[in-house]
Amino acid sequence: MATEHIVTSFDEELSRLSDLLSRMGGLAESQLENAIEALQKRDSSRAEDAIDNDHRIDDLHVEIDEMAIRLLALRQPMATDLRHIVTALKVAPIVERIGDYSKNVAKRTIALNQMPPVKPLFTIPRMGRLVREMIKDVLDAFSNNDVAMAREVWARDKEVDDMYDSLFRELLTYMMEDARNITACTHLLFVARNIERIGDLATNIAELIHYQVEGRALDEVRPKADESSVAVVEPH
Amino acid sequence: MTEAFHVENNPQPVEESVSGMSEAVEAGMPEVDAAHAPTKVKADNVDVFYAEKQALFDVSLDVPENQVTALIGPSGCGKSTFLRCINRMNDTIPICRVTGDITIDDQDIYDPAIDVVQLRARVGMVFQKPNPFPKSIYENVAYGPRIHGMAQGKADIDVLVESSLQRAGLWNEVKDRLSESGTSLSGGQQQRLCIARAIAVNPDVILMDEPCSALDPIATARIEELMDELRQNYTIVIVTHSMQQAARVSQRTAFFHLGYLVESGATEMIFTNPEDKRTQDYITGRFG
Repeated sequence: MATEHIVTSFDEELSRLSDLLSRMGGLAESQLENAIEALQKRDSSRAEDAIDNDHRIDDLHVEIDEMAIRLLALRQPMATDLRHIVTALKVAPIVERIGDYSKNVAKRTIALNQMPPVKPLFTIPRMGRLVREMIKDVLDAFSNNDVAMAREVWARDKEVDDMYDSLFRELLTYMMEDARNITACTHLLFVARNIERIGDLATNIAELIHYQVEGRALDEVRPKADESSVAVVEPH
Repeated sequence: MTEAFHVENNPQPVEESVSGMSEAVEAGMPEVDAAHAPTKVKADNVDVFYAEKQALFDVSLDVPENQVTALIGPSGCGKSTFLRCINRMNDTIPICRVTGDITIDDQDIYDPAIDVVQLRARVGMVFQKPNPFPKSIYENVAYGPRIHGMAQGKADIDVLVESSLQRAGLWNEVKDRLSESGTSLSGGQQQRLCIARAIAVNPDVILMDEPCSALDPIATARIEELMDELRQNYTIVIVTHSMQQAARVSQRTAFFHLGYLVESGATEMIFTNPEDKRTQDYITGRFG
């Protein structure tokens, strides 16, 4: 913000709120990174780390909620300040969900590591990297009020949806080939689903950035490509 | 603003929502019918001078009927000066000169043929400090209708006094003590008495110049509640230094700065997404 408030303590509180959100975002980002690396390298101890760290994100969520509500009550913010605080209130639970989905990926990784690997799976780590980039970029856009970047991330989700669709079909064929694959493939399907959801959450954050900066909703229809809900693979 | 977002200078705040987010943002916003309400008071290119010093510059503002329009801005910005143009209170200041057009119901109120006394009955005013006459509660309300010849016998005036006090939300508190002095009431009651006095002469427009700044929060809430009821029958223009009050009571808000009307529009747009940086800085408490 170019100009500062007459009441400096208000500025300090707003910047503290932003700092808390950046920290929370950073934690969620590394949580996701840990979960994906653990999956790819079949590293259960790294997966354990990701599971154990989730509470730190939850704690920050509570702190951000309390701070934002306190600011609304005590400062009666208007215009950009109001949008800043309302956006923080809405972004924090989204980041918290990212942490939860990542934790779930880590849990399933531990389960998967107790079974022989299904097939060399390239799509999930690739999807994971793509979503991790989206999260990183959207959080950067959030810190910098960068609407152009937010919009770019928002449009990027289509690629993730495409990957998810093809992965869905791929896993179905493995399961049909050999019923002993079903347990692992089901876990993998949920892993992929979680990652795909994180991509959607990145687009939600992008929409909130647009609202915070421009003061109005992003009123375009997002290109969506997740067709797995209607996918059918016929047995041979 | 990026082109890709289709950002338009669309004055209509409500658009069809397509994403989940726009629903979330628009949910809970009060209905905006201001754009469709007929204009009651219309100001065009109004300049005001106090001797050589220009206090208002080229102000044009439409005040919609049966709505509360709030005028906000820092001290000395011209909002009270503008308010006082609407019932020609500025005429009482000899060095004051008003140019431009102000109409009420399309009638030029600065037309020499206009009876200023009649105009001030049509356009009532409530001031910052409650100023009841040093007379009984009854007389405070009865005085206006009587001098304007709006009621003849005592029975007629009794009816008018009661209905005015009812509409000002004061009747139940004073019905048993109508002969007591108006100045014996509490500050909030005195202010409602002044509102009853203004509405007793059946005005079209009520001007309020910081009507709550001398009142405690409960008396303030009563007046605000009253304004919401009164706007069914009257058009209200209020000058207030409390942005929260403007946000609570008004449907339209106009922001004045250094004698200029910077921005006016639907209240929720002014307070969530003002267009002008000066408005933004003022309402968020930043240096302009």
